[in-house]
Amino acid sequence: MADIKKLEDLVVQVRRDILRQVHKVNSGHPGGSLGCTEFFVALYQEIMERKEEFNMDGKGEDLFFLSNGHISPVFYSVLARSGYFPVEELSTFRLLNSRLQGHPTTHEGLPGIRIASGSLGQGISAGIGAASTKKLNNDDHLIYVLCGDGELQEGQNWEAIMYAAGNNVDNLILTVDLNGQQIDGATKNVLPLGNLQAKFEAFGWDVLNIEKGNNLTAIIEGLNNAKSKTGNGKPICILMHTVMGNGVDFMMHTHDWHGKAPNDEQLEKALAQNPETLGDY
Amino acid sequence: MKKYTDSGKKDTRSGFGDGLTELGKTNENVVALCADLTGSLKMDDFKKNHPERFFQVGIAEANMMGMAAGMTIGGKIPFTGTFANFSTGRVYDQIRQSIAYSGKNVKICASHAGITLGEDGATHQILEDLGLMKMLPGMTVINTCDYNQTKAATIAIAEFDGPVYLRFGRPKVANFTAEDQKFEVGKAVELQEGSDVTIVATGHLVWEALLASEILNEEGISAEVINIHTIKPLDAEAIIKSVKKTGCIVTAEEHNYLGGLGESVARVLAENHPTPQEFVATQDTFGESGTPEQLMEKYGLNADAIVKQVKKVLGRK
Repeated sequence: MADIKKLEDLVVQVRRDILRQVHKVNSGHPGGSLGCTEFFVALYQEIMERKEEFNMDGKGEDLFFLSNGHISPVFYSVLARSGYFPVEELSTFRLLNSRLQGHPTTHEGLPGIRIASGSLGQGISAGIGAASTKKLNNDDHLIYVLCGDGELQEGQNWEAIMYAAGNNVDNLILTVDLNGQQIDGATKNVLPLGNLQAKFEAFGWDVLNIEKGNNLTAIIEGLNNAKSKTGNGKPICILMHTVMGNGVDFMMHTHDWHGKAPNDEQLEKALAQNPETLGDY
Repeated sequence: MKKYTDSGKKDTRSGFGDGLTELGKTNENVVALCADLTGSLKMDDFKKNHPERFFQVGIAEANMMGMAAGMTIGGKIPFTGTFANFSTGRVYDQIRQSIAYSGKNVKICASHAGITLGEDGATHQILEDLGLMKMLPGMTVINTCDYNQTKAATIAIAEFDGPVYLRFGRPKVANFTAEDQKFEVGKAVELQEGSDVTIVATGHLVWEALLASEILNEEGISAEVINIHTIKPLDAEAIIKSVKKTGCIVTAEEHNYLGGLGESVARVLAENHPTPQEFVATQDTFGESGTPEQLMEKYGLNADAIVKQVKKVLGRK
């Protein structure tokens, strides 16, 4: 059983990391990062079978691909706090000569990153490729992919979604961050996504929902449920219902904080709602 | 003068297909992906011999490039196969982010490049792909000239670490390079020694350059012919060495003069040894339907066009 209290402490600390990273450079994407904090913590601390040492080839372990690369602050924080690189390095986010680029990349050799993302819609394809190689290598570990909901407007996703079902890529678990928001507003106003569950099912995927996408217990249960469904001929999709900006009251339920950093006063207010747990970097 | 003979016309794409067949036997990490053009890319044998390592992705090139990038994670060496147009322009951002910027060991194998694709017309005749690919940091760009060289290049790039764009074509053309050649990425091949002019050619224009050198020889003009199969990284040393001797140069390629081999050569010369240069290439235009021979003639991409440009550049020495 997961030690939820311990994970909750980590969630609060990761929120602080996210806020402090984007505040320092007055840029970056806090909204989506905060909305997926519980997911990242659950995935890296409870779900994935990972090796201590980072190896690009990732043989004999589960792998994760972030398609919506703009939520790099949460990715970096959880990677650092899972031991991939020193947490102090979070202070270099988006600075010149940093390994923590605005969007994640392999280019500067940051441990934990296996492909560049940022230009949207490419992560599912990469995940399918890695999943196919796992099968060729007789490696029964899983591939996890996270993508945004607005990102599903990119056509490449649907090429990939069609391929995965048609070719029984059943060692792949895709989670869609269903927060209903994108830069220009609500997804339903920008370009409605329609019934995503029906769409994924029509393409031949096994779909399950995590209704409480910011609740650690619900996420762990949902991911474990998804794991139990792998190996049955179908790729798995989790529709994870989240709140953008979760954990900071004035950032929640709005797209305003998609790509905007808090000012000094806002940072103070946000951090006060998330008191230090494991120590700031 | 060295004499080159055509051992029988063959398409360069068959060189790719046969090279891939060979790799299937010798390198278990080689995997192949194809976007509904298995027959056109001559990938049938690989598919038949290694169905578990062959990935039919359908008419979905963006997903193919992303998948190929992902497949490298775990040690596979993916070879993607589709037409040059759909291997580059259609999927530029996927190649840029998931392959080039991510430093993935993907081999992008592109057939039906250039105007010699013929009757299908301009929608399919990409004349911009070399430029697109050479602009990507870290991308190696190769354009082979005949069946034997394409086969050798296909086998060689499996051992080469890093993303590669391998460009070849559709029509049957002269097969004149050695069957047992050693293909060295980034290394120019001197085909003809000469003293009056340097002709640097790539792809289908290499044979035309050899024909041009014969015509020129009869007129008492000694042409040095260099086959540049690797456009990036360019063998600057070989080019500079040659023009120091000849004093002028003609570049020949089945590509737009903007962004192609000619411009890369011009940069090298401008930096190192400014030399009069003329270009055999398409003049910032789209192609059109026709037979390969008709199109080569109309768009000035044959031996006669090379001879004409040589005479022009000789007058500028």
